[in-house]
Amino acid sequence: MTYAISDMPPRAATHGFPCFVGIDLGSTTSKAVVLDEDGRILGRGITNSRSNYDLACRIARDEAFVDAQMTRLARELAADPVVEPHVSVLRPSVERSFRYRQHVRQLATLRRVCFELAAGQGTLEGALAAIFDEMEREAETMFSGLRPRPSSEFFRDVAGGQFQALAEKIAAERRVPFETVVGVLDRAMPRVENEPDDLSFEGNARDALGRALGRYAKRSDVLSAAVSAALDRVIAEPPFVVRSVGTGYGRARLPFPKEQIRSEILCHGLGAHATFPQTRTVLDIGGQDTKAVQVDADGVVTGFQMNDRCAAGCGRYLGYVADEMGLGVHELGPLAAQASHRVRISSTCTVFAGAELRDRLALGEKREDILAGLHRAILLRAMSLLARSGGVREELTFTGGVASNQAAVAALRELVDEHYGEGRSEPLRINVSPDSIFTGARGAALFALRGPAAGPARGEKMS
Amino acid sequence: MSTRDTEGGHVPKEPSMIKQKELLSAYYDRLVAAPQTGQKVVYTFVPGNLTELLLAFDVLPVLPEINALQSAMRGRSGDFIAEAERAGHSEDVCSYVKCDLGMLRAKSGPTGKPLPPPDLLLLSYTGCFTFMKWFELLKQEFPKAEVAMLHVPYQADGVVTPEMRQYVLAQLREEVVPKLERITGKKLDEDRLRELMEKSALAEDDFVAVLEAGKKKPSPIDGYFGAVFYIAPLFSAFRGTDDGVAYYRLLREEVEQRAAEGRGPITPLGQLDDQRIRLVVEGPPCWTSFRELWSMFAAEKAVVVASTYCKVGGLYDTGFRHDPRRPFDSLADYCLGCYTNLSLPSRTDLVARYVREYQADGFLVHSVKSCNSFSAGQLLMLRSLEKKTGVPGGFLESDLVDPRYFSGANVKNRLESYFQMLLARRGAAAERAAEVTP
Repeated sequence: MTYAISDMPPRAATHGFPCFVGIDLGSTTSKAVVLDEDGRILGRGITNSRSNYDLACRIARDEAFVDAQMTRLARELAADPVVEPHVSVLRPSVERSFRYRQHVRQLATLRRVCFELAAGQGTLEGALAAIFDEMEREAETMFSGLRPRPSSEFFRDVAGGQFQALAEKIAAERRVPFETVVGVLDRAMPRVENEPDDLSFEGNARDALGRALGRYAKRSDVLSAAVSAALDRVIAEPPFVVRSVGTGYGRARLPFPKEQIRSEILCHGLGAHATFPQTRTVLDIGGQDTKAVQVDADGVVTGFQMNDRCAAGCGRYLGYVADEMGLGVHELGPLAAQASHRVRISSTCTVFAGAELRDRLALGEKREDILAGLHRAILLRAMSLLARSGGVREELTFTGGVASNQAAVAALRELVDEHYGEGRSEPLRINVSPDSIFTGARGAALFALRGPAAGPARGEKMS
Repeated sequence: MSTRDTEGGHVPKEPSMIKQKELLSAYYDRLVAAPQTGQKVVYTFVPGNLTELLLAFDVLPVLPEINALQSAMRGRSGDFIAEAERAGHSEDVCSYVKCDLGMLRAKSGPTGKPLPPPDLLLLSYTGCFTFMKWFELLKQEFPKAEVAMLHVPYQADGVVTPEMRQYVLAQLREEVVPKLERITGKKLDEDRLRELMEKSALAEDDFVAVLEAGKKKPSPIDGYFGAVFYIAPLFSAFRGTDDGVAYYRLLREEVEQRAAEGRGPITPLGQLDDQRIRLVVEGPPCWTSFRELWSMFAAEKAVVVASTYCKVGGLYDTGFRHDPRRPFDSLADYCLGCYTNLSLPSRTDLVARYVREYQADGFLVHSVKSCNSFSAGQLLMLRSLEKKTGVPGGFLESDLVDPRYFSGANVKNRLESYFQMLLARRGAAAERAAEVTP
């Protein structure tokens, strides 16, 4: 089962398991959410947008469908009294097996591409071989469930981080310049990301299940048979897409009719409402946009403000800062949380981010203290948009990729209290879902569920 | 002004469009030939301008804002602004000013031919606080030009008092007229002035009928993008002329015909008969991306039924007409009453009135990066308008003629979000109504 962006008709089939899909093509990441007929989330998928929306969309969708099938499998398993007691252990195990398979496949591609790029350079090839051998060994344990899952799920971050760490050691041992080794990785990674792979549920589920059951201590033939039968039932009824709705920066790339394209402002409003029904204000900080949105009791947008063409203080700014510090963007929040004091940062200009950072480091400030200041500066800018949109009066929901950054959440909490907390008996509620990055895609999927009409339903059909 | 279609398709030209093009291009030819013909040239500003008085002296008015916006529509403003910035002007200075100064330094004009130097800089100070600095800079470029200052008091309290009128009248008689008499060597002919005003009033009646056609459904006009063309002769050098009268008669007939046949305005994407959203717009257009922005509205089937920008020269909705029986009083009232001279509460009231009277679904505020005079306070207007009308407002940001400030993707995102929001609210309201009446 592979989906291409070009072959996503509103009704792909007339039978099977009906699904509604929301796709959010952001400037940094592309997300997909699959809902069932009752509006419940079946699956989510996410990938880097790179500069190829078609590919990013397909990968995010494929991932979401794998996840959706996993959910259906888990539902089937939970319905079977024989298997039910084991589901809580089985599902994560199957998912890890899947991730492992995905990782190993992509790692093999990365190895192949790196060797193509290093062809004929003996010592470099030797170093690469040593690095990849070690990475392949590490992969076994990475998805064993014995170690915490990697903090980022993007292959680029996981494999890139490993590669860099190993390259530092191995390049020195083999007297190959570190930059040369890492240079190969930098050129290879985009090619790997642009090479689609078959990672479908149908093609890999049996293997992943086998692997999971193999690890399962209390396995029995009865259990195996029940699990296999459940898998057969899921596969026999393939998902079919009743309708898709697209949103996000790259939405114009989607081959959907106009009424199936929604602004991310409406999608974030509806997605936040579905996640936290008491939401009246939504703050979405994405890769290059910050939006402050006001919604009514039904999740209908009543007003919004967004940044102008300058993307200062958006997620991309944090990306540059992370690059400048040699960190992954997901490492910024935890580091900032260790700050002992906060450095005052004057500019959230992405162009000046590097200079501002080097200035502060040169003045002897610690990285964590600078980062704490940076996060406050970003949120200060967001506060201005919130004020322009009408302010925070009731529950605020923080969405978008930056909402998964704990330091950003902490800075928002502090600023909301400073700006809107006075005279309140208890602090204004701020909602942050662990899946906040999927809010726009969820909203889009809910619009898909509501049908092609422009008007929204009052009250979500949520059973 | 051209009617090239951005999509490359054919957009039909109506007789009024052709007529306007002929008028304006003949006028530019007269301007370019002025050094040869010896006709005197007066630079002055659009809001509340004194065209009838100038024409009574047979001088040729040049409006620097129009030069700037035409340069932008011809894709030349970016270079002119760069020229001014090379001369030391900051990125934050009004882009009209920089475009105008850069154009002079490049020894060019909006049509490519250089404009004649001014014999008089008539500084009509009507609400825009940059006007004075603008002409101060022009005076440096043209040291030989005379300067006449007409200080028009701001309508801070929303009314024109007898003292305010008296103050303007005194300046007209003691400052403006004597200087015009000096540079032309002629005495003011008041009968001529009255004749001109009679014709102004005729054109003004037709103009108001054209703008008010926006109340019809579907609207036969676009009261913002389309009206920008409608205002050009009236707010520049054609008030009081036979050409002006003929143009507005022709335009009115066309618009009335269009309304009678239920046809919408011609947009860059073709005729917009099916109008999903009716809007009021506050703020000037973005001239560098004029057609691109208009197309974004048209693509969403959004029509602008009324705008404040087409009152920037003078406000006729409230009944003002140039009056040949009291020529000086009406010159003063015109200056005092133009949109740019109104306070924030008066501007808010006017937009609220348009939202009501033109039955608009929403209103959009266009904030101009390099214009502090009019952008300051616009967000507060928006909030207060939302309260007054119960209709949500949208907010766009770009610039008049600096192409660097326009982000197509950002503006499109805001517009689409705003339109979708209006439609979603309409859907929700319809459902609520359906629940009440089973």
